[in-house]
Amino acid sequence: MPHFLGRPLARVLFPLVLAALVVWIARWVLTADLARSVTTGAVAGGFLFCGWAVLSAAWRRVSNQPGHPLYPAVCAIRAYWKANQRRLAPWLFLAPGCLMFAVYVIIPIFQSIWISFYDWDGLGEAQWIGTANYAEMATDPNMVTSFRNNILWLVLYMLALPAGLLIAIFLNQTIRGIRLYKSLFFFPFVISQVVVGLIFSWFYAPGFGLLYKVIEGITGQGIAILADPDLVTFGIIAAGLWPQIAYVMILYLTGLNNVAPDQVEAARLDGAKGWRMLWYVILPQLRPATFIAVVVTVIGALRSFDLVSIMTSGGPFGSSRVLSYYMYEQALSEYGYRMGYGAAIAVVLFAIMMIFISGFIWKMWRDETER
Amino acid sequence: MFPRPIQQASPGLQWLYRIALPIALLVWLFPLLGVAVTSVRPASDLAQGNYFGIPSYLAFENYGDVFRNTPMGRYILNSFVVTIPTVIGAVALSLMTGFALAIYRFRSNLFLFFLFVAGNFVPFQILMVPVRDLTLSFGMYNTYWGLILFHIAFQTGFCTLFMRNFIKALPFELIEAARVEGVSEMRIFWYIVLPLMRPAIAALSVLIFTFIWNDFFWATVLTTSPQTQPITAGLSSLNGQWVAAWHLVSAGSILAALPPVAMFFLMQKHFIAGLTLGAVK
Repeated sequence: MPHFLGRPLARVLFPLVLAALVVWIARWVLTADLARSVTTGAVAGGFLFCGWAVLSAAWRRVSNQPGHPLYPAVCAIRAYWKANQRRLAPWLFLAPGCLMFAVYVIIPIFQSIWISFYDWDGLGEAQWIGTANYAEMATDPNMVTSFRNNILWLVLYMLALPAGLLIAIFLNQTIRGIRLYKSLFFFPFVISQVVVGLIFSWFYAPGFGLLYKVIEGITGQGIAILADPDLVTFGIIAAGLWPQIAYVMILYLTGLNNVAPDQVEAARLDGAKGWRMLWYVILPQLRPATFIAVVVTVIGALRSFDLVSIMTSGGPFGSSRVLSYYMYEQALSEYGYRMGYGAAIAVVLFAIMMIFISGFIWKMWRDETER
Repeated sequence: MFPRPIQQASPGLQWLYRIALPIALLVWLFPLLGVAVTSVRPASDLAQGNYFGIPSYLAFENYGDVFRNTPMGRYILNSFVVTIPTVIGAVALSLMTGFALAIYRFRSNLFLFFLFVAGNFVPFQILMVPVRDLTLSFGMYNTYWGLILFHIAFQTGFCTLFMRNFIKALPFELIEAARVEGVSEMRIFWYIVLPLMRPAIAALSVLIFTFIWNDFFWATVLTTSPQTQPITAGLSSLNGQWVAAWHLVSAGSILAALPPVAMFFLMQKHFIAGLTLGAVK
C-alpha cells in the first residue's frame, strides 16, 4: 500500500473531504432556480461525465507507459485495489445509499429528539426548556383525545386481518375471470389515501351521501358521521380499513396459493372440514403472511395522517385528531409554529412505533441468524 | 387447495358462487363507482337533487372544467416530475446497498441492514421538523428536488430490504465462480447480478411509483405552491375551494387515481410480487 497518506488519516480525512465535496456540489446544483434546475442538472451531469472520461483516459495512458513519472503510483493503487477489493467494495457500494439515508432519516430522528427539549417557533432563537414540552403533554386534553383515537385506530385496524382472510378465502378459486376479480378487489389499495378520503367524504356527506340516505331511510333521521364527535373517528377508520383489507387480502391470497396441497388432502382424509381445517391446518401455514399483515396493519394504523387531514382536519372540535395529525397541527399550524412541542409529540409516537419495530426486527434477526 | 374447489361442489352452489362474485365486487367497489358516476354527472343534476339516478347526460365537460379552471395539469406534471426521478434514484441506490449487504460478509452487515429496515417503519412525523429545516437550508423548499431527494433517501430503506433479500436468493455459486475466474467485484455487480435483477427492478419500480404518487404528507410539508405541488396536495387544496362541487371533486379524484391504477393493471404480476414479498416462506 502506498503510504503517501497515513492509514488512519486516509480513513478519516478522505471520506470527509469527499463527503464535503459531494454536499457542496449538490447544494450548488440543487439550489438553482426551478426553471433552470433541469439545465443545471444536465450541465453538471455533463461536467461529471467529462471529468470522469478525462480521468479514466489519463489513467489508461499512464498505466500503459512504464516510463511515466506517475506509473509507480498507478501500479501501487492498482495492486492495493486488487488485494483489498473484497474488503473495500461493499463500502463503496454502500456509501451513496448510507449517506442519503443517514442525512434524511437516521440523523433527523436524533435531531427531533433534541428539538423536543426546546421551545422553538422554527425561525427565531430556540430556547432550552428541558422536559417542559413533555410535562405540558401530560396535561394537554388534546393529547388525551389523540392518544385515545390512536388506540382506537390500532384496535379497529386489526379487523383488516379477519376481513382480508375472509375475502381471500372467498376468492381463492379457479374459475374463468377470477384473476380480474382478484385485481378489482385489490383496487382500493392502489389509489391514493387522499382519493379514498374524498370518496368516503362523499359517501358520508350529510343530505345526499349514500350512507346518510340509507340511515335516513331506515331510521327516518340521517346521521352526519363526519360532523359527530362520537362517530367521526369510526367513520375515518372505516375509510382506512377499505384499502387495508385489500392489502391483507392480497397477502393472504399469496399465502393460500402456497399452502401445501398434500397436507390439506391428508387433513381432509382425516375428516377435517370448515373451521377446524382453517384453524388447525391452514392458519399455521399462513403464519408468514399473517406476520407481514400484522406489521403493515400496525404501521398503517399509526401512520393515519392522510385520511384525518382530508376528511375532517382533526375536527369536529378536534375530536378526530390522532398523534400524527396533532403533531403536524402543532408544528405547522396557522396559529404559529411550535416545533419543540410538535417534536415532543413525534417522539411519543416514535416510541410507540419503536415497540412494534423492535419486535419486528427481533423476529427478523432470529430468522437471519438461524440460517 | 383451500377452500375446496368450487368445481367439486353441487351445481346449485356453483351457480350461487358465480352470482355472488359480481355482487360482492359491486358492493366492495360501490364508493368508487359512485364517485366515478358523479364525475360525469352534470352540475345541473346535482342542483336538482339527482344524486343517485342515471345522469341526464354524460358530462365529460367536468374533466374539461377541472383542467381549465384549476392547475390540475400542472399538478399531474409535478407528480410525474417528482415520481420518476425518485423511482430511478431509489432503485439505483438500493441495488448497490442490497448487493453489498447480500454478497459480502463484514461485521456491521446485519446492523446496517436492520437500520435500513427499521428506518423504513419510522413515523414520518419524527422526521418532519429536521427534514423541513434541512430542505429549507439547502434552498430546496418548494422545489422538486426537495421532495425527490427526501423520497429517494426514505424509500432506500424499503428498497434495500427488498433487493437484499432478492440477491440473497440468487445462487451464490455464480459469484464464486466469477471470482475464481478473476472477475472484479464491479464487473460481478454489473454483468452478473444486474441482469438477473430485472424482475426485482420491475416490481420495485411499480411499487415505488405508486407509493410516491400517492404520498400526501411530504407533499404538504415540503411544498406549498401550485408550481411544485404534486397532485395529492393539489387535490387537497382544491377540495377546500370546491365546497359542494362534488362533480369536480370526483373528476379530480379520478384523475389522481388514474396513473397508479394504470400502472397496476399494466404491471400486475410485478406489483403483487413486490407487495407480497415475505408473505410466503
